[in-house]
Order: sequence, then C-alpha cells, then structure tokens
Amino acid sequence: MSLDFRPGAFADFFRNETFRDDFTYRNSNILRFPFPFDRDDYMYSVNMEPHVPGRKGTAFEHILDVDEHYVAEMLDRAKVLADDPLRCQSLPHMTLAGWDLLELIMEAKARDYPQWFGLTKDGNRWHWVNRPLGIEQSFTFLDESTLPYPPFEYIMRQTQGDWTLQDERDGTLWMDAGIATSQADWSVDFDVGMNFMEWHAPVPLAHEKGVFDRALKFLLKLQHGAPVRRFNWTMTVNPLLDTAPETYPKWGPMKATITPENLGARQHLRVELQSLYRLPRSNAIAFDIRCYLSSFDQIVTVPKWARRLHRVVRDLPPELATYKGFIRNRDAMVEWLAKHDDGQPTSPGWFADD
Amino acid sequence: MKPVKTSLTPVDAPAIRSRPVYAPLKPRPGAQHLIVADGEGAEAVVAMLDKANDRSGLLAAAHVMYCPGPNGTDLTAALQTLGPAQFFRAPTIPALLPRLQRVVSTVHMGTQFYLAGTEGLIGQAEREIMATGFPFAAIQKEHRGSTLRRVQCVHCKGITENVATDPFRCSHCGLMLFVRDHYSRRIAAFQGVNIDAEDPGLVPDPVVRFT
Repeated sequence: MSLDFRPGAFADFFRNETFRDDFTYRNSNILRFPFPFDRDDYMYSVNMEPHVPGRKGTAFEHILDVDEHYVAEMLDRAKVLADDPLRCQSLPHMTLAGWDLLELIMEAKARDYPQWFGLTKDGNRWHWVNRPLGIEQSFTFLDESTLPYPPFEYIMRQTQGDWTLQDERDGTLWMDAGIATSQADWSVDFDVGMNFMEWHAPVPLAHEKGVFDRALKFLLKLQHGAPVRRFNWTMTVNPLLDTAPETYPKWGPMKATITPENLGARQHLRVELQSLYRLPRSNAIAFDIRCYLSSFDQIVTVPKWARRLHRVVRDLPPELATYKGFIRNRDAMVEWLAKHDDGQPTSPGWFADD
Repeated sequence: MKPVKTSLTPVDAPAIRSRPVYAPLKPRPGAQHLIVADGEGAEAVVAMLDKANDRSGLLAAAHVMYCPGPNGTDLTAALQTLGPAQFFRAPTIPALLPRLQRVVSTVHMGTQFYLAGTEGLIGQAEREIMATGFPFAAIQKEHRGSTLRRVQCVHCKGITENVATDPFRCSHCGLMLFVRDHYSRRIAAFQGVNIDAEDPGLVPDPVVRFT
C-alpha cells in the first residue's frame, strides 16, 4: 500500500491544477456549479432538504460528488496535512465513527463511480481500489492495525470536502473529530471537542433568530439512511481552498489585491454544499462541508446567476459581510456585478435554466 | 477601506456562547469536596461555606488547592483558617496543576467539584477534571476577580497568559493578535487572531479590555 499519487492516469477527466501559488484552478463547465441562491436575497435559515441524488450533469447527481477537481484537491490536502498535522484530529472515542464513515464513503464511491473506485468484501476482509489516486488496499474492517492511517484520516485523504464527526450525548452534538483543509476560516484544532452551540458561537444574527436551536432539534432526529443537505457560502480572493485561520497572515494580504480590473478573475464565490449523515454503529453524525469555487467571470456567463449574485451581495446585512470576511471588497463587488444585472426578473430556484 | 474584523466589546458584553456559564457556588452533599481557587476566588469559597448546613462536615471532607491571582491577590490565610481536611497553596496555576492531576486520578464518584477565581484557573482545572471522565455539568464554577484572559494564538498555537489588552503581542511568535470572543474548553483559552494580516503593519493602539 502506498499513498503515492499518480495524477495524470485519468488526465482526460481530472484536471491538473493548483489552489495555491499560480492558481490554475477553473471549472470546465460552469453549469454543474452548485449556485447557492434560490432567490434574490439571503438570510440565515435552517434550509435543510433531503440529500438525495439529483439532476444529471450537476453536483447533485450523486450523494458524494467526485468531480474534475478530485485529484488536485487531494494533492492540496496532502500538502496541507504535511505542513500542519493538527488539521486532522479525532478524539479517542471517535474511532468507531471513523470506520462508519469509511464504509459510507467507500460504498457510495464504488457504487456510483465503478470506473474509478472498487470495493470487494469477504466478511471483514475488504479490498479497496482508488484508481485516480493509484491506491489499492487490503484491510480488515474495524482493525486499525491494517490501515496506514487511522480510519478517519485514511478515508479523508481520499475524499473531497472537510468533514466533522459529531458524537451525540447530553442532548447535544459534540464535534469530536474533524478535518479542515478547505475551510472558510474556522479552526479544527480550536473547535474540536466543542458542542453544537459552542462551535457556532461566533456566527452573528443566527442565534437570535433561533436558527441553531431549530437546527439542533432537527439534527438530533436525523435517521440512518436519510441524509440531509443545505448550502452555505462566502467569498474568497483567488481559488484558495485552504483559507485557514492558522495561515491567515499568509493569505490575508490577497484580499487587498482586488482592483476593478482583476475582480472578475480573482474574486470567487465559495459555496459549501453541506450534507449530514447519521452513522449506523456509532450513532454519530457525519457532516460534510464540500467546497466549490467559481470566479465571478465564470458565474456571470449565466445571466440568471449574474443578476441574482448582484442583488444578494448588494442587499446583504453588513454584519454578515463582515463575518464572512468580505466587507472590505463588497462595494467593489457590487459595482462590478451591477454591470451584469440588467434588472430583469429571475425565476425561483437554483438551476441556471429554470 | 479598513477591515472591521474586530469589535472591541467590553468584557461584560452579551454572552459569549462558547464561554462557560458561571454561577455562585452552592454547597452540595458529597462524600468528598474538591475545591480549587485562585485570587478572589477564595471569597467565593468562603461565601459558599457560609451557606452550608453542615459546614464542619463539608470541611472535614474538603481538599482545598489555592494560588494567588494574576493581579497579586493572595487570600491564603482566609482559606487556611477555615480548617479543611487538606490545604495546599501553590505559587501559580502551573504549579498547582500536577497535584490536581494526581488527586483527580483517584477521585470517587459522588465527589463535588468547586472551582472559583479567574477564567484561566477555572478552565485549566475543569480540563483536568473532565479528562478523568467526570461530566463538566458536575463541576461548579464561579468567576471572581481578574478578567485577564488566557489566549491561544491560532497561528503558532502558543498560549499567552494574563492578556490585558486588545490587540496584544503573542508571547511566542510575536504577531499582534486580537482576542476573539470564542472559547475552547479543551484548550481552556480564548482565540487570538492576527489583527494586521490583511494590511501588515496597520495595528490599532492596544486598549485595556481585561483587568
């Protein structure tokens, strides 16, 4: 077994691109981007819906979306973890939940993408094949000594999105494991071990609206086999996946590089497609925070999205723009986006052609 | 435009939702009473004992650990004269913790925990107790005295004790940090984030927020 990546084996599909330095990331097909706004304004809400397979050719086609950025994202994650192992942590009692998650992901990928992934089982003797990353692994399910990493970290090094595992006790959820290499400015190292209200403490406005009380009640009822999803979003200058608080002094200065001329290319909408799964053995909840990035230039090629993004950014309460970290560039964004909004009405819903 | 990332809220501003809830200590029936305090926390312990129906019984089963507060307040005599079964005075919190670790390693169910004083003392003592498996809800905490904060630099991970100003200089990596109102029980510290990351060198004058 080795985790030596061999990107290029599927170069006709997986892009060879970067999320740092020269930032060669881009989307080949903007229409598969999960645009997060279903109306022309935005406020926090629980906005949960069943996480079921959706429209073909979009990020919703499969439960776990493996897209053209998969190999490049995994290379980026490996670099982040090499620089800072604290980005992946699991408290000792979360090992079983890690196995649950490994099973969920391997089964979903082997089922939905048989050309890339394979899983065969002989009792607890499992054989896993990940062709895009060049991995073949025989191991014994629930026996940690048979994998090169603990189960949570092992599968996280092969899965897009940041994930956390929530233990349920005392009537709340505890974030007792997590990995973050594509996060919107929150720290796994600081937050691991916190309960639901504690790790959401810094979010403005939503507590007062009762959003977290309702969300927690909803999540405590989450059933195995019936995952749910919601959107979140923010803004990032350059397609930088790893906007970690740990490295903020390194990437923070990029926010000051926006000009009217480069805004369309550098300013990115950062979408989190969040999904939640109840796990069968541990009764923990797995939380996937999958990050999608698109430049403003690419978004405004879709007229409905161009109009809507302008209106959302223009009308957002300043507290939210501050919390989401883009207040300094908001006026410039609105000015730039206004040129792509002809004032026409938009249809309800996310999809570009509805 | 200047980023408005920091809001220099006063200490008594609206609750920080990740911050522990503090309430006056109350005597509770128990086989053993483990009392850990620093600085003005001694006054909270004295007040708790004044409310006890069986004061002498509680003291006969009490183990008190105390150190002076970061502001120099030293009420050792007030606690020692109470006459608990065991009394220990440490010069500082770090010097107190090894004894606490030893004591909680063999503590029995039914033990009552009373923590009083600064948030740094309460947080670090609570962490030691929780590491043994006692649920945090079984631990009483009363904040008294200094509001100086214990802050972890999110960048270098070093902890700076007794932070008074916002922003302040990280005692480990030297970055200027603002104190975010976000508290980690596991680390027993608030979070410090670089204030001039986006505009290096643009650091507002430090303001005394914690005393």
